[in-house]
Amino acid sequence: MASTMSSAAKRPSRLFRNLSAKIASVPMILTALVVFVGGTLWTVLYSFTNSRLLPRLKFVGLDQYERLWATPRWLVSIENLAIYGILSLIFSLVIGFVLAALLDQKIRFEDTFRTIFLYPFALSFVVTGVVWQWLLNPDFGVQAVVRSLGWESFAFDPLYNSSIVIYGVLIAALWQGTGFVMCLMLAGLRGIDEDIWKAARVDGIPAWRTYLFIVLPMMRPVLVTTLVIIAAGIVKVYDLVVAQTSGGPGIASEVPAKYVYDYMFFAQNLGQGFAASTMMLLSVAIIIVPWAYLEFGRRR
Amino acid sequence: MRRTLKAAVLAAGTALGFTGAAYATDLEVTHWWTSGGEAAAVAELAKAFDATGNKWVDGAIAGSGGTARPIMISRITGGDPMGATQFNHGRQAEELVQAGLMRDLTDIATKGKWTEVVRPKGLLDSCTIDGKIYCVPVNIHSWQWLWLSNEAFAKAGVAVPKTWDEYVAAAPALEKAGIVPLAVGGQPWQASGAFDVLLLAVGGTDAFLKVYKDKDGEFAGGAEIAKVFKAADDARKMSKGTNVQDWNQATNMVITGKAGGQIMGDWAQGEFQVAGKVAGKDYTCLPGLGMSNALATGGDAFYFPLLKDAEKAKAQEVLAETLLDPKTQVAFNLKKGSLPVRGDVDLNSANDCMKKGLDILAKGTVIPWTDQLLSQDTQKQKEDLFSEFFAKPDLTVEDAQKRFADIISSAD
Amino acid sequence: MAMSQTLAADGPRGPKPRHRFSKRNIFIYGTLFVVAVYYLLPLYVMVVTSLKGMPEVRLGNIFSPPLEITFEPWVKAWATACTGLNCDGLSRGFWNSVRITVPSVILSIAIASVNGYALANWRFKGSELFFTILIIGAFIPYQVMLYPIVIILREIGLYGSLTGLVIVHSIFGMPILTLLFRNYFASLPEELFKAARVDGAGFWSIYLRIMLPMSVPIFVVAVILQITGIWNDFLFGVVYTRPDTYPMTVQLNNIVNSVQGVKEYNVNMAATLLTGLVPLVVYFISGKLFVRGIAAGAVKG
Repeated sequence: MASTMSSAAKRPSRLFRNLSAKIASVPMILTALVVFVGGTLWTVLYSFTNSRLLPRLKFVGLDQYERLWATPRWLVSIENLAIYGILSLIFSLVIGFVLAALLDQKIRFEDTFRTIFLYPFALSFVVTGVVWQWLLNPDFGVQAVVRSLGWESFAFDPLYNSSIVIYGVLIAALWQGTGFVMCLMLAGLRGIDEDIWKAARVDGIPAWRTYLFIVLPMMRPVLVTTLVIIAAGIVKVYDLVVAQTSGGPGIASEVPAKYVYDYMFFAQNLGQGFAASTMMLLSVAIIIVPWAYLEFGRRR
Repeated sequence: MRRTLKAAVLAAGTALGFTGAAYATDLEVTHWWTSGGEAAAVAELAKAFDATGNKWVDGAIAGSGGTARPIMISRITGGDPMGATQFNHGRQAEELVQAGLMRDLTDIATKGKWTEVVRPKGLLDSCTIDGKIYCVPVNIHSWQWLWLSNEAFAKAGVAVPKTWDEYVAAAPALEKAGIVPLAVGGQPWQASGAFDVLLLAVGGTDAFLKVYKDKDGEFAGGAEIAKVFKAADDARKMSKGTNVQDWNQATNMVITGKAGGQIMGDWAQGEFQVAGKVAGKDYTCLPGLGMSNALATGGDAFYFPLLKDAEKAKAQEVLAETLLDPKTQVAFNLKKGSLPVRGDVDLNSANDCMKKGLDILAKGTVIPWTDQLLSQDTQKQKEDLFSEFFAKPDLTVEDAQKRFADIISSAD
Repeated sequence: MAMSQTLAADGPRGPKPRHRFSKRNIFIYGTLFVVAVYYLLPLYVMVVTSLKGMPEVRLGNIFSPPLEITFEPWVKAWATACTGLNCDGLSRGFWNSVRITVPSVILSIAIASVNGYALANWRFKGSELFFTILIIGAFIPYQVMLYPIVIILREIGLYGSLTGLVIVHSIFGMPILTLLFRNYFASLPEELFKAARVDGAGFWSIYLRIMLPMSVPIFVVAVILQITGIWNDFLFGVVYTRPDTYPMTVQLNNIVNSVQGVKEYNVNMAATLLTGLVPLVVYFISGKLFVRGIAAGAVKG
């Protein structure tokens, strides 16, 4: 009896403990529940319907998914995202880290170099796409210039060559994004205690080994932040492709986010678009959830 | 006068308002007409509407219907509709109408005797859902044109072709002269549209209808359509090296003689006009690729979302009437390069190509186009297929036809 | 912490490298120089092209400097380029962009900083779960959420209004910003917080009096990130507003995509530069603060 009473008395106090914090977190909770969870459930639910222009609850089972996986364009999109994702993850991390390490060598003009590497990040993907479309245009850009210098057979037209177009997109994406990665890395390097370098030097460990085996592991938090930001950008890549290639030539540079958008709004087939976005969410979830849980869920 | 005063007071009261013409009802009109010829044409509509004392607030969204339509649909379903919006008449707005979001124009249509003046008849039918009229057709566009650069053929030393077959035969000579025989821009709808035109020209009207109207998948995979795919394969080879995206950049290649020709709708005419080119002298047009005598009647139409504001609703009526006004029709269509939807207007100022089109229309060999026959979903799948086909030489004709047949079998 | 930060901000101190032309220095500066050229090339091409007349653009080489400098493309991009009937270039969108960006930046940062603070110092049951959901939310493509958001905004009656757009920006800025703020607040010495608690200070007073004054660096980062993100946004701006409040990026898209005959690359480039000017200026002015803030926010987890 006493125990039930005390627990009953405790319950409200537990609910009201940290009340201000809970009230302050209302926007976050609403966003998480209504927009992200609610919106996702809504999307998943309607992916089992044959909704066209407007959502309606006429269920058709897995039809949309069957069609999705039989669509060449979707398969090309997945493949492109895989190539683009892996390469852009590797390159932006490696280039970002190397640039940061170079800038961290007590060099002169560090500010100038840093600003140069960072400024593309200030530009939108639309701008990036337009500029690189222009640079890579075979009639005007790099190819035309090299040819006009006398190398007539020089060919560099990634945007008009189906088999390499995704690398053309990658070039532009790296140009836009590595500066930011470099900044994050630089910040991480600056957080490393000077004594560690001294100790490593005393022990005679070569610089590259110090970076690889001592400094990098110490930068874990910054690497995690970077990874989240890069990976989120990769999954969402859309504007760049639209501005640079519109998915062409043909369907050679299509990406999943664009498939979703095109089928939802252009083809006016919401069901198909939702099925595609559910597949995207699912693959993200499979990779991210366990990791996010380990990373953020139960520490401290 | 009284209303003017009231409106002026209201406008002054809203303080922040975008003044300028405080006395008129502002009506926002969204559309995707942003190329040179298109913008000139839409200016005519705005001028006519402004002359009624209202104000046309232009909501152009560039980048073709694919970019613009999602925005328009979001606005309408989101409960913040514009005053009027362009769609291609046909099936694009079907569900919006069924959801009760669009305004029923039947009364205005009866008053204006649209059923009598609008021609051909089929045009108003595609605006009609369950016996009620929901849109105002403003022009007739036909896709089935081949635009040829006389300059390019002169340079290659061959005669300007009169049929598709002659054109294919002339391709090597053009190539030798450093000219791209056929310009096909990178936007997916261009490849898909070009195929449809080939289907009508090479396959004939019956085949066209059997595929797109009856959705006969077996026929679409059969021998007759294989011929069309053979022609499409020729087109694909001829289009190599186009390297542009937008349709009017491709048209520009024809205008400047960098390309031999382009399969494009009659809206390309507007671009030739803006460039100061003369039909028959600088360029040649072949309706139906010189092989088919039927003209399809797609086109643009304006839809009017249901609005609560009575003033704006009134302005919608005025706009609907203005759009079909004979004077507006002539001014607009001359600039746009399309044909007017009224049979009773005087088109003496039309050029050679438009007259060819008018003749065919008068003879009545008119068929519905894919916008009316197929859902957007099917259209998009077709676009994906043909843009891949044109861009990827190693996609074989047989595979492409098989995929095409699949799309047709499941089409709606 | 504070010490190392100021140190970090001013870059590494210590003796200048002894051998100015050592192999190592040549390698470092050489690499940096080559990479810098790659990064600058597009900007150079943009600027050069935007100063050329159309005939020169068509004939010339994209890398060659203009033979005859003209500012006409800039004037055209700003004031007279047409989309449909509106021939007033980018100028229409500039103030709209400002009116969208300022409240969006303020609101999104206010929310995210409080989130981060609550998550770091006032954890309650389930708070980490919501945070995890938020982080996963960062991976959802915006396009997928377009339709549900149209419905949500319609239901609360904010569709088409500036307020609606501001809310949308706050929602989609939330994941990454919350992550940065949470990490930052977690890195502040816990003793400060505990001492304030002992003095009887509550949630808000600790936030306002202790946390805010200490978190200038991370606020700078957040402001920079949000200004860039929101200023550059096209999708939300076009879907959730109406033509009289379209941001500048919509005009940019319209100018770049409405081809009147030939593509006017010079005008496109000028328009591109004009649109990017605000974030660019923000970056050039605050580049140093940015790294300092990032160093403070991202390093500690």
